[in-house]
Amino acid sequence: MIRLIDVQKTYDNGTRALKGVSMKIEDGEFVFLVGPSGSGKSTILKLITGEVTCSGGRLMVNGYNLNNIRPRQIPYMRRTLGVIFQDFRLIEKKTVEENLTFVMRVVGASPREIRKRVPYVLQLVGLDHKGDRLPTELSGGEQQRVAIARALVNNPQVIVADEPTGNLDPQRSLEIMMLLEKINELGTTVMVVTHEKELVNRFSKRVVAIESGRIISDGMGGYYNNGSV
Amino acid sequence: MGQYNMGYHIKEGFHSIFTHGLMSFAAVCMIVACLIIMGSFSLVAINLDNTLGDLEAENEFTAYVDESLTEEQARALQTKLEAVANVDSATFVTAAQALENYKQRYVDSEYEELFDLPAEVLRHRYQIHVVDIEDLAETVAAVEGVSGIDGTQAALDIAQGFVTVRNVAGAVAWILILMLLVISLFIIANTIKLATFHRREEIAIMKMCGATNWFVRWPFIFEGMILGFIGALLAFLIQWGIYSIIVAAIAEYGGLQLIAIVPFKTLALRVLGAFAAAGLAIGAGGSFLAIRKFLQV
Repeated sequence: MIRLIDVQKTYDNGTRALKGVSMKIEDGEFVFLVGPSGSGKSTILKLITGEVTCSGGRLMVNGYNLNNIRPRQIPYMRRTLGVIFQDFRLIEKKTVEENLTFVMRVVGASPREIRKRVPYVLQLVGLDHKGDRLPTELSGGEQQRVAIARALVNNPQVIVADEPTGNLDPQRSLEIMMLLEKINELGTTVMVVTHEKELVNRFSKRVVAIESGRIISDGMGGYYNNGSV
Repeated sequence: MGQYNMGYHIKEGFHSIFTHGLMSFAAVCMIVACLIIMGSFSLVAINLDNTLGDLEAENEFTAYVDESLTEEQARALQTKLEAVANVDSATFVTAAQALENYKQRYVDSEYEELFDLPAEVLRHRYQIHVVDIEDLAETVAAVEGVSGIDGTQAALDIAQGFVTVRNVAGAVAWILILMLLVISLFIIANTIKLATFHRREEIAIMKMCGATNWFVRWPFIFEGMILGFIGALLAFLIQWGIYSIIVAAIAEYGGLQLIAIVPFKTLALRVLGAFAAAGLAIGAGGSFLAIRKFLQV
């Protein structure tokens, strides 16, 4: 579960990115976080992943209170999250399988667990036959699938995706979104940050709209439904 | 470190050396260069110390026996003299032997006219070697206190000079070696930082996936240690070659016979051990310093 209570964030250069954001994402939910560039979407994501700390308010992520979390605890908090980036961020010198394996190594998984889990996750994202390929040998859509597999491999409570379809064509974007929906149906909470209105509207999910550091709408069923964005 | 991770970190360390071959080569070259500079200076210091030690060992002073004592009584003083603290040995020289030594020393000189003097004008004496030249003044005083000894002749200024040179050389050597060690550490840290710079993305990904700082560090530290060890072995072989060439050159040049060269074989294990330890420490320390900045994700 993710909970933000009146969260504020002011960067060192004086920019007020968030001006009191409150929201709650329950376990098992699928949430789109939408808004124009500079609205504060990425800041919320960075706060959730512990890359930055909030200037005011309270923030809880999967049982961790990020207001007073010790630096040593941040890696353990991050293990409850699976993060997907717009630019995939795969390690180019490692094969698809190795990109997943090393993430399991991070949490101290045994070789036996790794041998069992990696093929399963690759199958889930439809890449079971491409485990020995390097990321550079794959298409953009396939690379994003690897990134999703990597986010999923440690069985996180929440998957956080930052513009996961930003570098993909509409067909591949839809496939990726459907894959995330499938993962959500299997029980993982999914939070997708995007500004692709058409894509959001194709799914009947909860949409939280943010603008100028404030939530301007929060409801079910599409980006434009409340007409505020 | 997790039970499954040690092997993984070592494997990753090795793997990384080959996947970033050029930077690994650069790091090894830097380690070799730093170790050879440090090693050469240390070997010069060791040889200087050895040469000074030899010169010190040749240092001795003369203790004159009271003229009223017979030769037999004079010889009996040897035990008492050797019992004095810091006296290594006391060699008895009769007045006749002293005259003979005098003649040999000043043959073909203006003092030749004194050769006809009877031996009795000289006194029986002892040539006394000391253990530690630093305590020469105290030893001379103690010998003068021995009954039957009537005066001494000791080059206290020269002895003090040796002590000063040795102490200064030792202190300078240590300071320079420490300075070179610190400089080497920073050079290696910067080389590894350069190598790490294009892997910052990889580190950021690891951190975002929940890797602890130590999980990220270990492969880099192992990599640094492996490179450090390889650098140490290469530096050892090159140092050996350089040393042998210099020794051969000194042996050929007669004017440098005063220099007492320590054979490399007697130093080899020490040099190898010191290089290996320094290489491992520089490699590990350099890696530790280099990736600090990239861990702040």
